[in-house]
Amino acid sequence: MKIHEYQAKALMAAGGIPVPAGTVARTVDEAVAAVRPLIESSGNPVVVVKSQIHAGGRGKGHFVEHPDVSGVNVVLDGIEGGIPAAEAKVREYATAMLGSTLVTIQTGPEGKVVTRLYIEGGIDIATELYLSVLLDRSTSRNIIMASIEGGTEIEVVAAETPEKILRTEIDPAFGLLDFQARNIAYGLGFEGDAFRNGVRFMKAITELAMDLDTDLLEINPLVVTTDGQVMALDGKMAFEANALFRHPELVELRDETEEDPAEAEAKEYGLSFISLDGTIGCMVNGAGLAMATMDIINYVGGEPANFLDVGGGAEKDQIVEAFKLITADPKVKGIFVNIFGGIMRCDIIAEGVVAAVKEVGLKVPLVVRLEGTNVELGKQIIDESGLNVVSAEDMKDGATKIVELAR
Amino acid sequence: MSVLIDRNTKVLVQGMGKTGRFHTDKAIAYGTQMVGAVHPSRAGQVEVFTGEADPSGVPNRPSTYDVEVPIFRSVAEAVAGTQATATVVYVPPPFAADAIMEAADAGVELIVAVTEGIPVSDMVLAKRYLEGKNVRLVGPNCPGVITPQQCKIGIMPGYIHTPGKIGVVSRSGTLTYEAVHQLTLNGLGQTTAIGIGGDPVNGTNFVDCLTMFNDDPETNGVLMIGEIGGNAEEEAAEWITANMTKPVAGFIAGTTAPPGKRMGHAGAIISGGMGTAEAKIAVLTEAGVVMAPTPTDMGSAMLEAMG
Repeated sequence: MKIHEYQAKALMAAGGIPVPAGTVARTVDEAVAAVRPLIESSGNPVVVVKSQIHAGGRGKGHFVEHPDVSGVNVVLDGIEGGIPAAEAKVREYATAMLGSTLVTIQTGPEGKVVTRLYIEGGIDIATELYLSVLLDRSTSRNIIMASIEGGTEIEVVAAETPEKILRTEIDPAFGLLDFQARNIAYGLGFEGDAFRNGVRFMKAITELAMDLDTDLLEINPLVVTTDGQVMALDGKMAFEANALFRHPELVELRDETEEDPAEAEAKEYGLSFISLDGTIGCMVNGAGLAMATMDIINYVGGEPANFLDVGGGAEKDQIVEAFKLITADPKVKGIFVNIFGGIMRCDIIAEGVVAAVKEVGLKVPLVVRLEGTNVELGKQIIDESGLNVVSAEDMKDGATKIVELAR
Repeated sequence: MSVLIDRNTKVLVQGMGKTGRFHTDKAIAYGTQMVGAVHPSRAGQVEVFTGEADPSGVPNRPSTYDVEVPIFRSVAEAVAGTQATATVVYVPPPFAADAIMEAADAGVELIVAVTEGIPVSDMVLAKRYLEGKNVRLVGPNCPGVITPQQCKIGIMPGYIHTPGKIGVVSRSGTLTYEAVHQLTLNGLGQTTAIGIGGDPVNGTNFVDCLTMFNDDPETNGVLMIGEIGGNAEEEAAEWITANMTKPVAGFIAGTTAPPGKRMGHAGAIISGGMGTAEAKIAVLTEAGVVMAPTPTDMGSAMLEAMG
C-alpha cells in the first residue's frame, strides 16, 4: 500500500527524523494560508508547492491542462516581494495544479489528477544524497542503499555507476548496528555536525522501516543543509499488505482515489485482479497460471484485458463477481476461463461459470478450458447448459480459439 | 530414491483448522504418515480421519482408512511422541512464522509452510532464526512437496502425479499441476515435485532444489517453473552453468506482466526494470535450459531436453 509524501513525512517526523515543515492543502485557499506560518517560523522566504500523487518523477512531470507548470514548483517570489508575493505565486500555482492532470514518467500517458498539494518551507541545501531501506531478496534481509548521487533515479545510478551505491545489510535480530550507521555516514562524506546527525538519521530511519513493516522506504533526495542538518527532502513509503493487519493506523492513510476501482472491488471478494489494455478477459485459478494465461493469449496474437486469479478455493459467488468484473470492461471482446482444478473440482467451477453467465449475461464469446479433478463432469455441465460456450482441449487451444472468436 | 520425503517420512500438522483438517485427510487418503498434530489448547485429544484410500497414492494399502491423529500442545512434545521428521504448517498468517520457528527449535528436519500471506518481516526474522539449524523450510505460500505414491505433504491433488524420472520445482501452485500433469501424460513422471512458493522471502530456492535433484540418482532431469520478480532464476542459471550435470527444461510466467504491479503472488513484481521474464528466459536459455514458449509446452520441452 502506497501513501503520499506528506503522510510519509508525518510518519518520519513522528519517528524523530528531520523533515522540512509543511502543510497539506486540498484547496487553493488552504495552500495560500499555509505560506505565512511557514515563512514566519523558519525565516526562509522560499516555499515549495508539491503535487501529491502516488507516482514519482513529479519534478520533471507536467500538467495536461498547463504544460508550462511542473509537478513540483519552487516559489522564490518571497525573497524580494515578501510574504504577499509568495502567497500570490502559490495561489497561481495551486489554481493551476489542483484538479489538473499530472503526467510523469511513472503515471503513464493518462496521468493522475492532483487533489492534494503539499506546501513546504524552503531549505538551504548543501548536498543532495540518496537513501532507501528495502528487502534484498537474495539474502532475505533488509538493506540500506545509500548513494552520493541524490536526486537521480537510483536505477540509473545502479546501471551506470554501481560503485556509487553503498549497500548495508541489516541483521533482523540486531537492527542497524552503530558501526554500520557510522560507515554509511563516512561513505556519504558526512563531517562534523552532519556526521553526528547522519548517524542518528540512519538508526532512526532503520527503526522506522522495521516498526512500520515498510515494503520500501525511499528518500531521494536526502539532504545535508548548510547548517549541518540531515533531512528527508522527499519521502516515499509503501507498506507490505500482509503486515497491515497489525497497523490499523496505516490503513487509515489509504487514498482510494489512487486505486483502480475494479481492482479495489475485486479485493473485497478475495479476487486478485489487475486491469490491462487488451481485449481478452481472463478468469484463472492460481497466480502463476493466471500470468501464464495472459502470456499465452499474447503468444497466439491476442492481448489480455486483465489478470484475474480467483484463488484455489473459489466459490460460486466469487466466480459470479469475477464475471461481473470482466464483463464490466467495455474493451473485452472475448472471455477465456482457464481452470486447473486441483483441490477445486471442475464440476463446481463449471456450475459456477454457468450460474455466472446466466446471472450476468454474455455478449461476447466465451471459451472454457477445464482440466483436473472431475474434468469430464465439468465439461458435461458446460455442454448441457445450452450456453454458447466453446470448450478447449488445453491452454494453447483455448487461447487460440478465444483470440480468433474475438477478432 | 527421491528428495526430501519418501514412504518412511512421518509428518506432523500445525494448524488443524478447516484447511488443515481437509488437507490432512487428503494426505492420509494418499497414504502419507500423518502422525500428530499440534494445537496448544487441544492437547490430549485425537482427530479422527476415515474414508476411502486414494488409489493414486501409496500402493498396496487397504481400500479404506481409519486413522487417529493425536494432538500435542507443542511441536517438541509431538516430535518426542511420534519421531516425526517433517511438519506442514497451515497456521494463519499472523502466527505462522512462530510456528515455523517452533518446529525448527524442536528439531524437525523439513518444514513445509503452505500458509499464504505471512508478513515479509516475519519471514525475514524466521529465516534468521533458522540459520545454522539443521532444517529445511519449503515455502511459505506454496502447494508443498510430493514424492508420487510415497508421500504427499501439502495441498496438491495427488492423482495427477506418477512416479518417474523428473524433478519438478516451481514458484507457482497451479502451474506446477499443469507441469506435473504433462509429465504424467508424456510418460516421464516425477521423482519429487517441490513448490517453493510465491513469496519474496522463502526457505528453499531453485538452487537448493537443483542441487538436491542433481545429487539424486533417480532424477534424470529437472523441470523448473519460475515467474517475474527477484533474481532466483538468474541465480539458478548461474548455478546450472557451473554445476548441473542433468538436462533442465523451464518456463517463466509473466512475459506480459506490467511493471510495478504485484501479479497475485507477493513476490511476482517487476521493480526498477529488474526481474522481467525476458531477462530470466535469456539467462536460462544461455545456461542451456530448454525453455517452453508456452505452459502447454512444458512437458515437450522436458522431452526435448532429455534428448
